[in-house]
Amino acid sequence: MAKELWKGNEAIAEAAIRAGCDCFFGYPITPQSEVPEYMSSHLPKAGGVFVQSESEVAAINMVYGAAGAGMRAMTSSSSPGISLKQEGITYLAAAELPCVIVNVMRGGPGLGTIQPGQGDYFQATRGGGNGDYRTVVLAPSNVQETADFVQEAFDIADQYRSPVVVLADGLIGQMMEPIEWRPVPKRQLPAKDWAACGKKGRDHTNVINSLFLNPEECDALNQRLTVKYAEIEKNEVRWETALCQDAEVLITAYGTPARIALTALDLLREQGIRAGLFRPVTLWPFPEKALGEIAAEPHVKVILDVEMSSTGQMLDDVRLAVEGRKPIRYLGHAGGIMPTVEEMIEAAKTALKEAQ
Amino acid sequence: MLKQIIISGFGGQGGLAIGKNLAEAGMEQGFHVTWAPSYGPEMRGGTANCSVVISSRPVGSPVFARPTELIALNEPSLEKFEADVQPGGAVFVNSDVVTDRVRREDLSACYIPCAKIAEEVGNPKVGNMVMLGAYVAKTGFLRPETIEAMIAQMFTGPKAKFVPLNIEAFRRGMACGE
Repeated sequence: MAKELWKGNEAIAEAAIRAGCDCFFGYPITPQSEVPEYMSSHLPKAGGVFVQSESEVAAINMVYGAAGAGMRAMTSSSSPGISLKQEGITYLAAAELPCVIVNVMRGGPGLGTIQPGQGDYFQATRGGGNGDYRTVVLAPSNVQETADFVQEAFDIADQYRSPVVVLADGLIGQMMEPIEWRPVPKRQLPAKDWAACGKKGRDHTNVINSLFLNPEECDALNQRLTVKYAEIEKNEVRWETALCQDAEVLITAYGTPARIALTALDLLREQGIRAGLFRPVTLWPFPEKALGEIAAEPHVKVILDVEMSSTGQMLDDVRLAVEGRKPIRYLGHAGGIMPTVEEMIEAAKTALKEAQ
Repeated sequence: MLKQIIISGFGGQGGLAIGKNLAEAGMEQGFHVTWAPSYGPEMRGGTANCSVVISSRPVGSPVFARPTELIALNEPSLEKFEADVQPGGAVFVNSDVVTDRVRREDLSACYIPCAKIAEEVGNPKVGNMVMLGAYVAKTGFLRPETIEAMIAQMFTGPKAKFVPLNIEAFRRGMACGE
């Protein structure tokens, strides 16, 4: 198949259309505005519905309505806009509605900057809304993965009746890279017999709801969700490794810093430093066991976590996985600054020296 | 092979398009490529730049501190990036707009009067193709046929009449870069 040069944001939109997205609701915000822009011209031609909503809050609630009626629904935004959607996301999780939410992260907190950031890791993996819920979080590191993951996200959402987040960052959204429109693995999906789309002779009424005043009912929902999340943790966890087999310094990173780390690995190896990369591909479920096993290998002396976050957010999950077995160092930038190859090399060398 | 190219100029000068053309040509020839734009407020009038990587190996970082070549379409771009270019690298200067010279002696400097040549060819809009030609000729890793085939695909239907003009501009640029 011929490779085509695609911009990350446009690939997100095209991938959604190819995955059969019926409805897109969104509001412009840099650095993801090309997603709604592309959708506005291409989705209607593909038979879908595009609405530029009056706000992010409206967009996520339109997703609630469309998903509740059994449509494949999607919204996209960037960090501050995703914050506004949190109430809707917890309602979607409670009503067990499948949908895809794309966050092309920028630097925060607050309105922050329009440059790339990764400060929304906690929000995406811990649940920015209230209550006990999880969303599957897929973190692409290049444009090809972005195109693949957005397509798969719709299937994952439908399989588990759960919102799925694709967590990219401003660089992935803005950059261009050659990709192939290759078929993504198809899943056996359950019928949407729960959808509120007209009774059509059914003997019962389907109700989409996230209010359970009776505590037993609310407890039953939570138990059902717990079982579902355990199932997702069992089936959906993904990660990738590079040069880990003999690594003394193990870099952990996702998204843009992970691909920058690949360049750093090569240069470190040229200097005789055995460096490897562990890249979580799903941030929830986090590949805790896989990382724990690699970290426990005797050749691993130190772990260096790199994120576009000032304090480190994935760092918490790395610590939980490593369980204190190895020292962990952190390199982070926020506010729209990306870690450089040179900084990573320096940080890896320092971490290794300290560990020895 | 690893090329790390910065193309920089005023928003609207076409620097991002030159970068995209280079990335596309690299892709056509089987290289691994990335194109990453600056997307700040500079898009609305200030200095805009993009970073292009063309490599025989998969591209890790799409952004870099030390370019192998700089294409400077305006003066602030030359000022900002000249110091970063790798020793032995090349700087392509849009000499109709930029009056400064390249100061470093370890760089090879090409002064390309893009606008003047574009005028001579018959359309001021094809200055980018002149610069692209100069880059292709000087660096030698992209085939002129690749670019010319791309130009033919870029302008189709009623716009097909612009193909010869762009190819002419590209070839004139190549003559400057040789």
